[in-house]
Amino acid sequence: MSQELVLSAYVFLLALFLGVEVIGRVPSTLHTPLMSATNAIHGIVLIGAILVAGTADTPLLHALAFVAIVLGAGNVFGGFAVTDRMLEMFKKKPVEKR
Amino acid sequence: MITDARAAFIDVAYLASAILFILGLKRLSSPATARHGNRLAMLAMTIAVGATFLDRSITWSPLNIGIILVGTVIGAAVGIYFARTVQMTAMPQMVALFNGMGGGTAAFVSVAEFSSLARAGTTIGAGEALSVAAGTAIGALSLTGSLIAFGKLQELISGRPIRFPGLSAINAVLFIAILALGTVLVGFNGGDLFVWLLLAVAMVLGVLVVLPIGGADMPVVIALLNSFTGIAAALTGFVVDNQILVVAGALVGASGGFLTVLMSRAMNRPLTNVLFGAFGSAAAGPAKAGEERPIRETTPEDAAVVMAYASEVIIVPGYGLAVAQAQHQIRELADELEKRGVRVRYAIHPVAGRMPGHMNVLLAEANVPYDQLFEMEQINNEFAHADVALVVGANDVVNPAARHDPSSPIYGMPILNVDQARTIIVLKRSMRPGFAGIENELFHNPKTVMLFGDAKESLVKLTNAVKSA
Repeated sequence: MSQELVLSAYVFLLALFLGVEVIGRVPSTLHTPLMSATNAIHGIVLIGAILVAGTADTPLLHALAFVAIVLGAGNVFGGFAVTDRMLEMFKKKPVEKR
Repeated sequence: MITDARAAFIDVAYLASAILFILGLKRLSSPATARHGNRLAMLAMTIAVGATFLDRSITWSPLNIGIILVGTVIGAAVGIYFARTVQMTAMPQMVALFNGMGGGTAAFVSVAEFSSLARAGTTIGAGEALSVAAGTAIGALSLTGSLIAFGKLQELISGRPIRFPGLSAINAVLFIAILALGTVLVGFNGGDLFVWLLLAVAMVLGVLVVLPIGGADMPVVIALLNSFTGIAAALTGFVVDNQILVVAGALVGASGGFLTVLMSRAMNRPLTNVLFGAFGSAAAGPAKAGEERPIRETTPEDAAVVMAYASEVIIVPGYGLAVAQAQHQIRELADELEKRGVRVRYAIHPVAGRMPGHMNVLLAEANVPYDQLFEMEQINNEFAHADVALVVGANDVVNPAARHDPSSPIYGMPILNVDQARTIIVLKRSMRPGFAGIENELFHNPKTVMLFGDAKESLVKLTNAVKSA
């Protein structure tokens, strides 16, 4: 049990470092879209909601899982849609000139 | 080691998803590839969620299927509807709203998982209990904090800092209560009553922490809460033992945190100031009252003549432009000026609008060419030889007090050197102070002329006047 937690902790820490490195030199033009995209990505927690819903066996748990799924799905779909709409406006740009 | 083919398949799918998330983020940080990056992240999400449906722990009873499908459809419909219909100017509060939803999910998943484990009589290890406690607290704080941020930006509640006596004492007590409840859960095997209490206390704290922060600082707050939700998602990954949750959550937690730092750096406001409110308290004491300083008002015709016969005009768009939805009108004005041989450029302050990059998105929507948009560092020395600086609905980012008045709450924030231009034309709705709630001495500069009115109407009048100039 706790071995799995330690493994998760490793993954967690490595992903933390990666998260900073990977967006390292983002221009300020992209701060809002990037924030919006990462906002959509943490909607991944929907998976947690699905797993909880799949094992729920009391009315209370069912209700909790339902609320969690609605919110999580809103986060994922809304987040990606809004980001895509923001980035759509960058498409006509010819070539990055700097 | 892995004997279960289905479990192995899920693991491989999660691995692929993790790689796609990382590549997607990488591509998202460059303008040319950003949209593709977002698509990669969507693909990663689809793979991860799809693979989860194969998980053996899911019991496919009709009720469970119903909850999962109906819940997803409702959430998706609401999310997509808002994302599609919202005005571009309202994007920041949309991000806040979706962020709150994610935070809520993380909190409720943690609570549900804990009470289901507790009911099953499983001994909950300290590690799991800690993940549950932290995931619940951070997720709940992010939920209500984001909702308050949404309310402030949507102007459902005042954008001004809201404070009352004893607020910090209450917050301190709530914070200690969270630590205490966490300790009970981790150290003393507390039952699920304590998780519910923790959820409630953290939700109240989320409200009280964001209320006293001024509207101008909301982007930084949203970025920070975004990072929090990422961490909360990763913590739920610890609880339900799911690596893709850990990876994606941590990626968001870290990149969101980094973005928060970038943003507060662009505003030259240490994060502690944002959170514990130097802005707010200073803004409460308004500029020396009773002191009537002169301003010069102009007409669209006069202002148009100045611009029409200029050789260099630098446009400084601000939040007022966004509110008035005037990005198309400003482009028409710029086109008209260019027809007359005037060189037009745009100076974009890093925090123009309500979020860094917000202004670029709006101007791009109006098809303003990219090579006319300049960031602050690139253009700040150019103001000295510009004939006209046209300030449209910007205020705090052009306030010279940031440069020389240590008593000003925005002292030290890098600003656009608008006051160095030969003439400064300011389009503004009224003399009301900006988001930071402070007086702007630029408006009293002898080189400044003010054109009052709605930005969109003023720009239309200016454009017509330029045509006939």
